[in-house]
Amino acid sequence: MTDQQRRFVSTNRRVREDRRFVAGAGRYVADLDMPGTLHVALVASTAPAARILGIDASEALAMEGVVDVLTGEELSAAVTPLMNGLDTPLVRRFPLAVGQIRYAGEWVAAVVAESRALAEDAAEKVRVRTEALPFVIDAEAALEPDATPVHPEHGSNLLLDRTFDWGPVAEDFAAAEERLSLRVTWGRNSTVPIETFGVIARWNPWEEMLDVWASIQMPKYADQIARALKLPGNAVRVHYDVDVGGSYGVKRGIKHTVLVAYLARKLGRPVRLIEDRLENMRAGDAQGPERIFDIDVAFDRDGTVRSMKMRALDNAGAYAGRAPFQLGKPIGAIVGPYRIGSVQYRAMSVTTNKAVQEAVRGFGQAPTNYAIETMMDRVAAHLGIDRLELRRRNLIRAEEFPYTIPSGSTYDSGDYHTVIDKVLAHADYEALKAERDRLRAEGLCAGIGIAACLEPSGGNSSFEPLLNEKNRTSTWMEGSRVTIDALGFVTVAIHTTSSGQGHETLAATVVGEELGIDPDRIRVTRPDSLSSLPGNSPVGSRMAIMLGGAAARAARNLKRQLVAIGAHAMGIDPDTASYEAGTITAPDGRSIGWDELVDIGHRRFHDLPSGTNPGLTASFIQQVPTGVALPKDGKVQMYPCYSFEFHLVLMAFDPVLAKPEIRRYVIGHDCGTVINPHIVRGMTLGGIAHGIGAALLEEFTYDEGGQLMTQSFLDYLMPSSHEVPSVEIVHHCTPSPLTEFGQKGSGESGYLGAPAAISGAVQDALSPWGVTVDKLPLRMSTISDTIADAETAA
Amino acid sequence: MKTELTVNGQTRVIDVEPRTTLLDVLRDGLGLTATHAGCEHGVCGACTVLVDGEAVRSCLILGVQADGLDIRTVEGLTSGDGALDIVQDAFCETHGLQCGYCTSGMILAAHALLRVNAAPDEEEIREAISGNICRCTGYQQIVEAIQLAAERIRTSNTLKAGEVVK
Ligand code: FES
Ligand code: FES
Repeated sequence: MTDQQRRFVSTNRRVREDRRFVAGAGRYVADLDMPGTLHVALVASTAPAARILGIDASEALAMEGVVDVLTGEELSAAVTPLMNGLDTPLVRRFPLAVGQIRYAGEWVAAVVAESRALAEDAAEKVRVRTEALPFVIDAEAALEPDATPVHPEHGSNLLLDRTFDWGPVAEDFAAAEERLSLRVTWGRNSTVPIETFGVIARWNPWEEMLDVWASIQMPKYADQIARALKLPGNAVRVHYDVDVGGSYGVKRGIKHTVLVAYLARKLGRPVRLIEDRLENMRAGDAQGPERIFDIDVAFDRDGTVRSMKMRALDNAGAYAGRAPFQLGKPIGAIVGPYRIGSVQYRAMSVTTNKAVQEAVRGFGQAPTNYAIETMMDRVAAHLGIDRLELRRRNLIRAEEFPYTIPSGSTYDSGDYHTVIDKVLAHADYEALKAERDRLRAEGLCAGIGIAACLEPSGGNSSFEPLLNEKNRTSTWMEGSRVTIDALGFVTVAIHTTSSGQGHETLAATVVGEELGIDPDRIRVTRPDSLSSLPGNSPVGSRMAIMLGGAAARAARNLKRQLVAIGAHAMGIDPDTASYEAGTITAPDGRSIGWDELVDIGHRRFHDLPSGTNPGLTASFIQQVPTGVALPKDGKVQMYPCYSFEFHLVLMAFDPVLAKPEIRRYVIGHDCGTVINPHIVRGMTLGGIAHGIGAALLEEFTYDEGGQLMTQSFLDYLMPSSHEVPSVEIVHHCTPSPLTEFGQKGSGESGYLGAPAAISGAVQDALSPWGVTVDKLPLRMSTISDTIADAETAA
Repeated sequence: MKTELTVNGQTRVIDVEPRTTLLDVLRDGLGLTATHAGCEHGVCGACTVLVDGEAVRSCLILGVQADGLDIRTVEGLTSGDGALDIVQDAFCETHGLQCGYCTSGMILAAHALLRVNAAPDEEEIREAISGNICRCTGYQQIVEAIQLAAERIRTSNTLKAGEVVK
């Protein structure tokens, strides 16, 4: 199908979800009103590490309206530890601390009361007796042999230490003309949705059913709840018709859910926990990767990068969570868009006494891209080659696709040189450089940053078996069902919650495209988890590919049924019949319309061709394209599709005030066929805003005493409309050969390259002073001090 | 404490605990859930409502302080029959939102701006929404929505901010 033949895909149609949101009629979890609901507030630890000697809740329990105070001891006796995924059985995690506190803010007890305000009041009356323990905050300190293990039973702080050698690394290093080393650090930041996490659980003892409503974005959520509570899988029903107020990866909420589900069963009433901002920031699933990269790179004087050794040391926080796997996913694009022939990658994850790290947009790819792009800038600087030229020389060329990288993933398609050329032409690169120089002549620090990087998309979980051989998962499917009712109207069922990605629009668009029906006439529903087809939720930038693919193929199946019915009615071979917008036409020009087809499908079994089911419905469960094998020899095909983005940024700041200003931001974006241009544009712009935050503002900072310093929005700064500039997007479309319409993912776009580009721009601005920046977020106060020092020294 | 609240043109006398914020009164007391809680400490703007036409953070004032004031929430912009007001419609046209969580606050901030400035430039729009954090959009499509709404209000003879698209 070519663009010209498409009626709805890639057209600028409105996003259907927007109507209910602008009317204030979104249905977020905190909006649900359930009679008899009890409310939870949490008693949090003030110490980063301590042994729990006793918890005295008598005063709290004596307060009017207080129903229960739950401790980790009681809870851990009733539920299994939360899933971890690594083979570290002695790093056990429960929703509440058991015996030992491992970070400041960790939940020690849960107070249940008739209102949230009462629960908060009572939480202050719970006395926790503790004995302080030594703690460690820094990842490198945690690695020291004498460091206190966060989990003494585990024996050390090392959760994961795997070294992969892909290709002839030693030979390539020996043969290369030049080498250099660098260290860059990615600060602990996250996507911090404006809605905190919330969950409501209700137990029905007569049906033995646990109903859950949550602001969730989590694969296998219902399964994990059932396992933790030792319930049958079909006794947990997650309601997917809850709008999620932003997630971008972090809304995992399993510990919250296990906690309230246990309480709902115990107390026989609905129980709800809506985090307040403090609970969210210090102990919710709020914090993201924190990583130190040590890189050695081997290259020739002509700029050819031959080989790279990368060690990534990740600070997971107090428990394993999903953090270690965020070191695994970037393996699928470990060389970025470049032809680097061999790679050594050492992935290390350590526990410290910080809050647990959770999944964040890109699942570790943004930090890795920042490291790769900084490396490319350093190589260019070392050789005195223009940064763009260096990249051009190393980029994979359009004719080389499909291209297999050393770690085993094959990139599906791309045309990186063309995207870059289009961006440079759009931005008038020469004029941009002249503008930079003009700003410099005015006495400002001015610099241009560039970043070329990939967004692996179509998420599976290949990193799990790669990092844990006991894990044998290769299946990572998504399902959708399409029905035509007896009145001829089309309904598509999708089986997940959404947090702003526009999945209803996506499903309606692709089904409309397949059936030739106006998507606005198609209803999209979200059955609960027990009525749903299997799926894995919108992680890993996968839904355009996976939900789009499943819905399109279910619709195509339905179309085949319609063609069979029409052909049978006209007495012709279905292969000779054509389908157009709901009408089946025979070669001789006769035709049968929609109403008649629907009538036969629903009411006239006697007119159905043999082998056709009555009722006009079709389901399709799609496996991730290319997801056919387990890892072998430390190599695996990670995600199937690879979107490309190229960032070009001009920044300026006063050397004394150092208030960074983005003067121009252009991004070239190629995510294959775009299903809905508004949605993809929004994702990209929003991703860039996140990237600006990660580069310049956002960090979960801990002091030396192990206390989180950024507990509120007054301290954890996020970009406002002043900090995020207007961004110009230059489109390019290299369709993926692996997907229904040629689409690739775009849910992480912008974020994956913006931090690298901004860091590069600041670095370029500082080049006259010979100052190096190597840490995000960039602390502009430090930069102005450094400039002042450099000036004094000169 | 007996409090007289006028919300979206309707006056009600309800019992309000003195420590309860206007945000909680609207959501829990009156069931008006279009106004959202983001930080509850006055930074994010998700809880923005109009008080006597001005954008105000409802987490920063107490319910009892709202006695006698004219309060507007997003529920008051529509008549409930599926028709959107001109600003809401503009947000749909430019996709000035994703998850929708900040959207009520953004739309009311836009109303507060357009009430006093019929032709805001981009800088003025950015200034007007700078107290409202959106984590989804990067603001650009929101700015475009407000520009579009302003233009539509200017070029229409009948519609004002707050009125419904026919
Ligand atoms: S909730 Fe009121 S400003 Fe954030
Ligand atoms: S639309 Fe999600 S926070 Fe603004």
